[in-house]
Amino acid sequence: MNEVDVPLHAVAHARAGDKGNRSNVSVIPYLPEAFPYLLAQVTEARVLEVFAHKGATACSRYVLPRLPAMNFVIDNALEGGVNYSLGLDGHGKSLSFMLLGDIVVRVPEHCVPTHRQPR
Amino acid sequence: MSRKVFIGCGAGFSGDRIDAAVPVVRTLSRLDGERFLIYEVLAERTLAIAQKLRRDDPDKGYSPFLDAYLSRVLADCHAHGIRIVTNMGAANPLGAAKRVQALAAELGVRGLRVAAVTGDDLLATLSEAEILAHPRIEGLDPEVRKLVAANAYMGARPIAEALATGAHVVLVGRTTDAALSLGPLVHVHGWGENDLDLLAQGTVCGHLLECGAQVTGAYFADPGFKDVDDLAHVGFPIAEVDAHGELLITKAADTGGLVDRATVIEQLLYEVHDPRNYLTPDVTLDLGEVTVDQVGLNRVQVSGARGKEPPATLKATVCFDAGWLGEGEITYSGPNALARARLAASVVRTRCTEIGITERVRVDVLGTQAVFDGDAPQRRPTVEFPADGEYRVRAAARSAHRHIAQQVADEVLSLYCSGPAAGAGVRQNVTAQIGTASILVDRAHVTPGITVVDAS
Repeated sequence: MNEVDVPLHAVAHARAGDKGNRSNVSVIPYLPEAFPYLLAQVTEARVLEVFAHKGATACSRYVLPRLPAMNFVIDNALEGGVNYSLGLDGHGKSLSFMLLGDIVVRVPEHCVPTHRQPR
Repeated sequence: MSRKVFIGCGAGFSGDRIDAAVPVVRTLSRLDGERFLIYEVLAERTLAIAQKLRRDDPDKGYSPFLDAYLSRVLADCHAHGIRIVTNMGAANPLGAAKRVQALAAELGVRGLRVAAVTGDDLLATLSEAEILAHPRIEGLDPEVRKLVAANAYMGARPIAEALATGAHVVLVGRTTDAALSLGPLVHVHGWGENDLDLLAQGTVCGHLLECGAQVTGAYFADPGFKDVDDLAHVGFPIAEVDAHGELLITKAADTGGLVDRATVIEQLLYEVHDPRNYLTPDVTLDLGEVTVDQVGLNRVQVSGARGKEPPATLKATVCFDAGWLGEGEITYSGPNALARARLAASVVRTRCTEIGITERVRVDVLGTQAVFDGDAPQRRPTVEFPADGEYRVRAAARSAHRHIAQQVADEVLSLYCSGPAAGAGVRQNVTAQIGTASILVDRAHVTPGITVVDAS
């Protein structure tokens, strides 16, 4: 089985939301066959590492096997959130794409959908 | 057998597209069943702004967008029996109800019954000290600040009661966003407080609709990866829900956008923390075994939500004045733009220190994935960016004092003549800030009231 290293963005999509200083980011594989590889590799520890420079202190992962999808909840990820943050994105709406870009996963080739080139 | 309920959404936040509901109403008007149109326009801070408007004028304090949203649909909704449920009541649901009647008169809409739901405003029943004595679960410490608003999240029952008066339009202030949909479902299907799985499915329906087009392809499109047809004309969502809680998500006819498994799953988990314990006043929602199936073009079925007993307390949002945010931006473009932008950032930092600003000042170079950065000195490691290109420097500071926020913005403005070569396009903003905290209150403090306002 031929395995490839790809950014998470190639095999999954994500959406970020906020409640106060806590961010949640869903991670959803394009193809269900990728899910076991994501479960093994996109761990709480790795996600926390991606948010570490923002001051994140904890990360919990919730698994929804029947979708399939994962939901990450990252504490203190938003520099205080919209109450405190001086950044342009106090809600952390863009952080789903930080995660998709910063995490690289190793998956069998058949788990990577053929994305067409952007128009 | 009770009829199928169709619920369309016309707005997912207070700045949402003003005419998005028009195709939704057109689609609903052709359907056979109980039909509702909801608008969710009340973010945490929006209510505080409304409360300030009410202080200035006791007749105001409802959504400033009420006329713009409703004038486009009120006549058609009334003609076709589509009932409207919205939190445009904001800080003054009764004032909003009166305004809707006035609007109906202006539009020549006759025989309209409007109902206002009150009871969420804790300032009406509790002292500031009593409010602040409640346990805080999140947000700023309100003790040191000036309270502007305190509102408990009510559930679906008061909305269902308001609909039972025969009201064509129901105006609420703070309820859960999902209650805007669950209320009509409880009203039509007669779901009781113990029908927890049905309430759970209805809450999922509300959760999927409450952000408008976020479930129909917006906040989603990623060209080449997640393509969405005709996003400029994205259709807003319509849910179909039967008495057994069977839930189908679709969208307005003849619109752009997309409803598929991916759009629905993203929204299903949006702003959810523990998916097995999503707390609402009506039910504790368990999404753990939910399934999402495409059953047709732009038609997705969502099943398997489970309900548990709701929590004993209600969540309330407390809002208070939180000073000022000052921001300034300037652009550098072309050869060596990154170095010029970084020099500008360093000049602003130096100047802010030397003129004695003690507040934290953040300076970013936009174009370098700055929204992913932490605040200085903690920066994201890694990435290199091209020396030539287009970069925008942004400085920001919060202060209790307006003039200090302004000073930081002005340090960016002065770069025009006193910064690196060819700085361009300065924009400044100094805006009043509203802080929030969440507290838990006893249900006994929240007594829903319903007032019917008929045409005079």
